[in-house]
Amino acid sequence: MSAIQPKVGEPVSEELALVQAAKGGDVSAFEDLVKRYDRNVFRIAQHITQNREDAEDVVQDAFLKAYSNLEQFQGQSKFYTWLVRIAVNEALMKLRRRRPERTVSLDEDVKTEEDSVPREIADWSPNPEQLYKQAELKEILSKTIQGLPPSFRTVFVLRDVEGLSTEETADALNLSIPAVKSRLLRARLQLRERLSKYFQKRESGDGQK
Amino acid sequence: MKCSEFLQELTNYLDGALDDRTKSELEDHLAWCHNCYVVCDTTKKTIEIYRDSELYELPDDLRGRLRSAIMTKCQQYKKKSQESI
Repeated sequence: MSAIQPKVGEPVSEELALVQAAKGGDVSAFEDLVKRYDRNVFRIAQHITQNREDAEDVVQDAFLKAYSNLEQFQGQSKFYTWLVRIAVNEALMKLRRRRPERTVSLDEDVKTEEDSVPREIADWSPNPEQLYKQAELKEILSKTIQGLPPSFRTVFVLRDVEGLSTEETADALNLSIPAVKSRLLRARLQLRERLSKYFQKRESGDGQK
Repeated sequence: MKCSEFLQELTNYLDGALDDRTKSELEDHLAWCHNCYVVCDTTKKTIEIYRDSELYELPDDLRGRLRSAIMTKCQQYKKKSQESI
């Protein structure tokens, strides 16, 4: 079984040149950075907030905050990691506002042993994503990830959907590397467990592949 | 290797972050433990399905509106900060 391949990023030097130009007052250079990362920021925001309007606000607020704080970006991390940190904070703030009755924190670490112990071990169909129409599949994936604690789905989206490394994720979320790994393992296992009821092999004759 | 030890290393294994010796111990375990094989295989599929799903893609029209709103605010910010110098 081969390892999951990470996504390949854009050249860093080109990006730094855009950041330098934007710092020097070139707004169109900043617009290039917006074009480069708006889709990623929207995806992250929607994964965390699980609300379309909130995600739209987060995209605007995160880029404006990045623009107005560009001087503070010293280039020790990638611009994208720095931007993600801003976007995650904005998204968590939205979530807290919407759900004041619940604590929403990246430190949230739901400690129950059985989280990490798979219960449902039935094998899946060979091409589970083809069992459902595209829209149905999206609905299932969305509903499933909504059930995870925000701290788990944040780590999952950064590592597994956006392809940030463990170190970059730790940096963006201000978490230790072991904390990122522990949340990622549990997020992956919980999603797997929840998806099993949709994707497991069916007995023949029920109309499913 | 016990199943619980396998699970602890699952994330490192899927990310290709294991040394050769641990990786080979893990693969020995996978060769005879069907349950761990299924958990490993379906966890990998979980990640791939989410990665390939294009869940929460930004539609072009919304993308255009958001960008234009962002750039207007940035221009306003720039103007305001120049005035205050």
